Amino acid sequence: MAVTSGYLGSEKAHTDHPEEEHDPRESLMYDPLPRGVMNDMVMESMHTTSWKFWVVLGILAFLVATCFFYAWGYMIAKGLGVAGVMRPSYWGVFLVNTVFWIGISHAGTFISAILRVMKAEFRRPFTRAAELMTTFGLIQAGASIFMHLGRVWLAYWMFPIPNERQLWPNFHSPLMWDLLAITTYVLGSTMYLFLPLIPDLAMARDRSTGWRKTFYRILALGFRGTEGEWRHLTTAMNIFAFAIIPVMFSVHTIVSWDFAMAMRPGWSSTVFGPYFVLGALHSGMGAVAVVLVIMRSTMKHMDYFIRKEHFDGLGKLMMVVSFAYAYFFFNDYIVQWYGGDRWTDTLLHWLEEGPMAWMFFQMVGFNIVIPFLTLWNKRVRTTPWLLAIIGLLINVGMYWERYIIVPVTLSINRMPFTWRLYEPRIEIFLTIGTFSMFLLFYMIASRLIPLIPVWEVQEGQMVHTLRKVGKAQVPTVSEFE
Amino acid sequence: MSNLSVDLNRVGAKGALAEEAEGKWGMVIDQDICTGCQACVAACAMENNLPFVMEEDAAYGRSLQWIRIERFWEGEYPEVRTTPYQPMLCQQCGSAPCEPVCPVFASVHSPSQELNLQVYNRCIGTRYCANNCPYQVRQFNYRDYHIEPFHANEVNGELVFTLHNQFNPDVTVRRRGIMEKCTFCIQRIHKAEDKAKSEGREVEDGEFTTACAQACPTNAIVFGLLDNPESLVSQLSHHEHGFRHLDELNTLPRITYLKEG
Repeated sequence: MAVTSGYLGSEKAHTDHPEEEHDPRESLMYDPLPRGVMNDMVMESMHTTSWKFWVVLGILAFLVATCFFYAWGYMIAKGLGVAGVMRPSYWGVFLVNTVFWIGISHAGTFISAILRVMKAEFRRPFTRAAELMTTFGLIQAGASIFMHLGRVWLAYWMFPIPNERQLWPNFHSPLMWDLLAITTYVLGSTMYLFLPLIPDLAMARDRSTGWRKTFYRILALGFRGTEGEWRHLTTAMNIFAFAIIPVMFSVHTIVSWDFAMAMRPGWSSTVFGPYFVLGALHSGMGAVAVVLVIMRSTMKHMDYFIRKEHFDGLGKLMMVVSFAYAYFFFNDYIVQWYGGDRWTDTLLHWLEEGPMAWMFFQMVGFNIVIPFLTLWNKRVRTTPWLLAIIGLLINVGMYWERYIIVPVTLSINRMPFTWRLYEPRIEIFLTIGTFSMFLLFYMIASRLIPLIPVWEVQEGQMVHTLRKVGKAQVPTVSEFE
Repeated sequence: MSNLSVDLNRVGAKGALAEEAEGKWGMVIDQDICTGCQACVAACAMENNLPFVMEEDAAYGRSLQWIRIERFWEGEYPEVRTTPYQPMLCQQCGSAPCEPVCPVFASVHSPSQELNLQVYNRCIGTRYCANNCPYQVRQFNYRDYHIEPFHANEVNGELVFTLHNQFNPDVTVRRRGIMEKCTFCIQRIHKAEDKAKSEGREVEDGEFTTACAQACPTNAIVFGLLDNPESLVSQLSHHEHGFRHLDELNTLPRITYLKEG
């Protein structure tokens, strides 16, 4: 396994900056535990629940039952009149939620696929947590799309199902591309979540009894950990890791085309594709930070797996993404403004002076100003609660961004007679419902499947070793073949 | 089945049927003689089974009107001047932005009538067509308005929908969750065509007209055959005061407006 070895940091750097010298054992990779101990820690973190967990779970289940299922059923029975959509904002919070949840789901793919392909070592303990966000976020995005339909019970007409009238879906429609892209992404990311889960499920199977053993036995697909099985699994994961990256980029680009392909002032912008992808990563990174902080503070043994170095790395990523986001943000708005189209000009003035100006400026503040002002500081990056607050603010800002793009931009069109401001009605409850469902799924999953990819951490710890060179302890890392 | 096949040569880049000709049916609206009396709005509602939506929804931008009278003001108070009334209805675009975006082909083009059709049965309510319509003339059924209690009288504790008696039997009553829009009174077009066919001739200009044109007391709305150079609508559409709304978008609208005559 160990083929080459190289130094992570040179001794010279350490002697030049003695105040920065730190114990390499602060890093998870150089602080190994025996495999049995680590497996038991992860199992224990799954089995330990306090009464608070059940209270929160109960509240969320209640919210899902009322705000998601009851509210949606009510809306199906009564029609979209109970929602806030109207002329000219025919699309409202449902589409905002769709774009927002797809954005959240991008973090998982980014962290687990791109960072895995790039061999970024700090990703190891939280790839699973991010991948779960992908799958559960996409469930909410899909639900929000169906909520938005006027006749949701006929939604299957969008699928190319052979029928006696030879009616086929319209592949010219961006909504059709959207459906295909999201379906591909759901399937791909679910499989990609499942593949690295197999060894951990097998580990859990060997350490459980009763119904849990049956549950894990079925899901682990008889994985025993032989050399051949590992080889197949690694090959499959490599294929998926590389294949899911273009899917991830295409999905949010296609979501942005729902807007960019339309003839609306403020929408028909050619930069929307990369702008949406970066926006998705921005909110996704923020959400990962929030989830990691909650995991670390509520679940047992998580402070061993998730350390300052991980928050530090995540904070750096958040900062880089916010730089890139700012680039696309200003590109989008400045080019549109410079174009001088009459309706776009009206729209931009309305955005900064109209009744929703507070939202516009909060968006700029939360997405660009706050990350710029705070994340350069290592102390901020390594303080979990601060990072969680910044992540939360980024998500609020990104939600506002989508809100401005969908219903607020729709308020201004080429027919001034129809200008009117959208106000959400039952959408508020359904939004609470989707958020509760996401958290509920996450909480249930945190007690059913190992949130820490144990084998990945162990693999990382095997290749990172501290070697004695003279008097110094030198961290070394070997590479896989 | 041959009716369903699409002539690929006529399919434009966006999949819409872009027509080179002027179009078959057309309309001319003279804004200078429009008095804004809303008779066309009422006549359209009667003809096409449009329900009342009541104050709350109407004030919130959900009024179901296939034709609306837009009015604007110019200048600051007290030097306010009203501009001519602007009746706005579906422009029956030759290259319609609403058509390519529908994922289920509910918004389609009729090659024989050269009109935009909305297939109510097929619509699943994504409302993309309405977003993409630069004229904002597509209307969504937010509720089942025609069976809402406000549409009825209460007689002996039971709701009696007397207004259902005046439904036009030639036009579908739309349910909630679907999009609808002006059809150029396609039921009248079909009736005239059937009559002409049984008499073995072509439809003539002025044989019938749409409900809005019929109701207009000042004849500000003129409807007829655009492809007949002798027709009034064809001659008026080439009038020097004529213009088309949002012509720069190249949607090829079939309605010409006359102003400042």
